[in-house]
Amino acid sequence: MAKITFDGIEVEVEDGTTILQAARKIGGKVVPPAMCFYTPLKGSGGKCRVCLVKVSQGSAKDPRPMPKLVASCITPVQDGMVVENTTNEDVLNARKSIVEMLLINHPLDCPICDQAGECNLQDLSYEHGVSAQRFEEERRTFNKVDLGPYIQLHMTRCILCYRCVYTADQITDKRVHGVLGRGDAAEIGTYIENVIDNDFSGNVIDVCPVGALTDKTWRFKNRVWFTKPLDAHRDCPTCSGKVTLWNRGDQVLRVTARKDEYSEVEEFICNTCRFDKKEMSDWTIEGPRKIERASVISANHYELPVVNVPIIPNLPKSAKKDLPNAPEQWNP
Amino acid sequence: MAETKNEVKFSDAAMADIQRYISHYPEDRQKSAILPILHIAQAESGGWVSPEVMDKVAEILNIQPIEVYEVATFYTMFNLKPVGKHVLEVCRTGPCCLRGADQLIDTLKQKLGVEEGGTSADGMFTLKPVECLASCGTGPMLQVREKFYENIENEEQVDAFLEMLRQSEVETPYHVAAYNKNSGK
Amino acid sequence: MGLKILTEHINVPGIETLEVYRKHGGYKSVEKAVKTMTPEEVVEEVKTSGLRGRGGAGFPTGLKWSFLAKPEGVPRYLVCNADESEPGTFKDRWFMEHNPHALIEGMITSSYALGANTSYIYIRGELMFILRILEKAIAEAYAAGLLGKNILGSGYDLDLHVAPGGGAYICGEETALLESLEGKRGNPRNKPPFPAVKGLFACPTVVNNVETIASVPWIVNNTGAEYAKVGIGRSTGTKLISASGNINNPGVYEIELGVPVEEFIYSDQYCGGIWKGKSLKAVVPGGSSVPILPANLILKTVAGEDRLMTYESLADGGFVSGSMMGSGAFIVFDEDQCIVRNTWNYARFYHHESCGQCSPCREGTGWMEKVLHRIEYGHGHQRDIDLLVSVAKQIEGNTICPLGDAAAWPVAAAIRHFRDEFEWHIKHPQEATTPGAVYRGQLNSVTA
Ligand SMILES: Cc1cc2nc3c(=O)[nH]c(=O)nc-3n(C[C@H](O)[C@H](O)[C@H](O)COP(=O)(O)O)c2cc1C
Ligand code: SF4
Ligand code: SF4
Ligand code: FES
Ligand code: FES
Repeated sequence: MAKITFDGIEVEVEDGTTILQAARKIGGKVVPPAMCFYTPLKGSGGKCRVCLVKVSQGSAKDPRPMPKLVASCITPVQDGMVVENTTNEDVLNARKSIVEMLLINHPLDCPICDQAGECNLQDLSYEHGVSAQRFEEERRTFNKVDLGPYIQLHMTRCILCYRCVYTADQITDKRVHGVLGRGDAAEIGTYIENVIDNDFSGNVIDVCPVGALTDKTWRFKNRVWFTKPLDAHRDCPTCSGKVTLWNRGDQVLRVTARKDEYSEVEEFICNTCRFDKKEMSDWTIEGPRKIERASVISANHYELPVVNVPIIPNLPKSAKKDLPNAPEQWNP
Repeated sequence: MAETKNEVKFSDAAMADIQRYISHYPEDRQKSAILPILHIAQAESGGWVSPEVMDKVAEILNIQPIEVYEVATFYTMFNLKPVGKHVLEVCRTGPCCLRGADQLIDTLKQKLGVEEGGTSADGMFTLKPVECLASCGTGPMLQVREKFYENIENEEQVDAFLEMLRQSEVETPYHVAAYNKNSGK
Repeated sequence: MGLKILTEHINVPGIETLEVYRKHGGYKSVEKAVKTMTPEEVVEEVKTSGLRGRGGAGFPTGLKWSFLAKPEGVPRYLVCNADESEPGTFKDRWFMEHNPHALIEGMITSSYALGANTSYIYIRGELMFILRILEKAIAEAYAAGLLGKNILGSGYDLDLHVAPGGGAYICGEETALLESLEGKRGNPRNKPPFPAVKGLFACPTVVNNVETIASVPWIVNNTGAEYAKVGIGRSTGTKLISASGNINNPGVYEIELGVPVEEFIYSDQYCGGIWKGKSLKAVVPGGSSVPILPANLILKTVAGEDRLMTYESLADGGFVSGSMMGSGAFIVFDEDQCIVRNTWNYARFYHHESCGQCSPCREGTGWMEKVLHRIEYGHGHQRDIDLLVSVAKQIEGNTICPLGDAAAWPVAAAIRHFRDEFEWHIKHPQEATTPGAVYRGQLNSVTA
């Protein structure tokens, strides 16, 4: 076991635990955000850099501070380590910088994005965004493509977290999509026209932190905050059959895996459950799903990140209102 | 040359070389040989790698095609579209620019009637600006297949050089005459 | 002329053949090491020599070797970094081209020291003609019993292979190199684990530059203590300098560390002065990623001392008024060169070469390039200058690998030392975009 101090709070964890997981054990506001790390996916993390923290004391044995900020999602704790996150100015500044970097080429189309309301990037920019827009260059854009009948890829929104690639690698038997090109020209794709076709392929939608991979079978494309999440299960021969239904009244609009407060799925689900079972009669309802993450939904409001506000023309009113008062149907 | 799936064939000499590269790595690490194989595949396929050629590479290495696409699109030496008979890889990086690389690129553009990345109308030349080729002391310079051509400083040299290429045959790596103008002291 | 540790025989006709190479004392270090020394003794000599990595970071080689993990039953690897892609650097290409056996000898002796039985030379794919030169020399070495099983009857086995890259500067970064060598995209790895623990094929691995490895035979033959006598302080031995830009004699020079910069630029033994009778404007002394210094600061430190070609002296003044030895690529700018254009060119290079894994580098390098491009082509705003400084700072230190820093430093340094040139560019877009026009105002320098 290793005892560490994180933002002044002591916590004891197993050896080999990462700083991020230790912080999650404490929970609440001190937990660093994570855009690329995903606990169920081996090898994930280290890329987006939003989870950077300051290690002001390496360990009890070697108390020297680490010279650079470190990615908390992949750095293991040492006994006696002292870590600063929300208590360190440099960390908060670095995080702001990184959020800005993630947004410079991100389209400012939250009002029409399917992910709005459950987008990790949106959450991130609320909490850590900068207020001024400094990027004046042309943004990178890609065309939307269909990866088969179920999944749509809107590459323009992708933050290259690699989660979908690890998912395809680790839970499907034959990966057909990957990262092509390099630098800021890198993109997720199949290179040749190809269909992601596998019993578990739909999980790439759940792991995507932004609206780059979306569910084409999502019925009547609805703003997520108009839907009611319910935990449900069915007897499925392929997966655990434990899912969250996103309903409007008695209509199942969408099926996803159950996600925890960090947007991580509890269990991956199969495509049949996700795409084909859209009747209430398909499911045994367990009860309402509590959405725990500090997301837009539970915060009960939906606002655009500050950074985007000034440059979106005709900002729809609904985008600035609290959820209960939002109009039933929103037309862009 | 229309190639259809699975009909891509490499010469015996190329296949032997491919096997030699594969043998350089541990048993279960065959994928390591992907870069030398892609180089060979490109040389064998008219200077570029089509999806079919990459699929062939995947088949040789027993990996998924996407793994080859991922690699081939990362590295700049693999041409993903058809190219001219001679690809002029001109260095456009700082140190060569101090000695006139920008002008060399402009001259080539004008003489070949192409933009960067373009192929001349006669299909003879593709102009491909590249980054520093480790020959900065002898810039401006360019590379055509495995050869460096250095200190190309004026228009007459460019003309003579293009003429020389027009007359020359494409050499595949299996009969290359190593040529290099030396630098340094 | 100083001592030539690496290049003494480089101009001997036929030195690329085993026969001539051996006639000039080649492969003596292999005999000495495998027959009379333990691997630990070789490592000890290298430690004593004070040899520092010649690939850019200048890390002490002996120390690096001593970190190599040695778990029972797990192979170890030595990988030679012949990716040489840092703009301005061409010493390794030149060296391997002329004297391939010298690198192979270094590989055998060093592999023995590290207990590696398979080693690789990873060479950038553009240098396929050098790969063929090396492969030919390796074949000769196998035939002579210098490679393969039971080298020179010592019981030591070594296989040596050359592996080409595919066109990616980032594969010079050691963990990207290892990924590439494993046949993957050249995405640098997160560290730890370091290669010394988990490198090639997840086994303990040492990655060293061509020149570093080629220096080992002399150290083994002449002892580390002798090597340490050459040079100044912690900058021991000799170094290959790739001199390029606006000088009379561009080329590769082997210098004893400690030669004054002024002598290096103006002496006929070396660069031979600025070409066409022009005057010196600036120097990038260690490859495109190190800070550029204006003429006054490259010749003398802020304290007024002569700057020397050593790791310490080139870095004197830190990033305020100093630079770095880097890979020893000495890029010289005459008075007619435009710093803005050059900075844009470097920024374009790093933008082009970012692997794209981590967000600050992927997005930041493109951002900097676009802003610099605007300035260079007459569409800049004064606020862009501070924006560039700020973006550079946002990248620096926040990335997976040092390419982020390498992209940030040249931009930050150019603005630090040539801010007025940027301002002029922005204020006078028409003049600045006229071919041949260069800012000739007072060169500002730091007031540290
Ligand atoms: C972006 C980047 C590019 C690099 N390119 C090279 C290179 O081309 N050649 C090289 O020897 N080292 C290069 N290095 C340094 C290597 O990572 C590594 O430090 C070096 O190979 C170690 O060898 P040495 O200790 O002998 O210098 C590069 C580093 C970075 C971050
Ligand atoms: S598509 Fe989504 S999951 Fe995949 S890399 Fe992009 S942001 Fe990550
Ligand atoms: S710093 Fe740049 S090159 Fe290095 S890992 Fe990150 S994106 Fe890749
Ligand atoms: S979550 Fe740690 S780097 Fe992305
Ligand atoms: S800059 Fe052209 S070869 Fe180095």
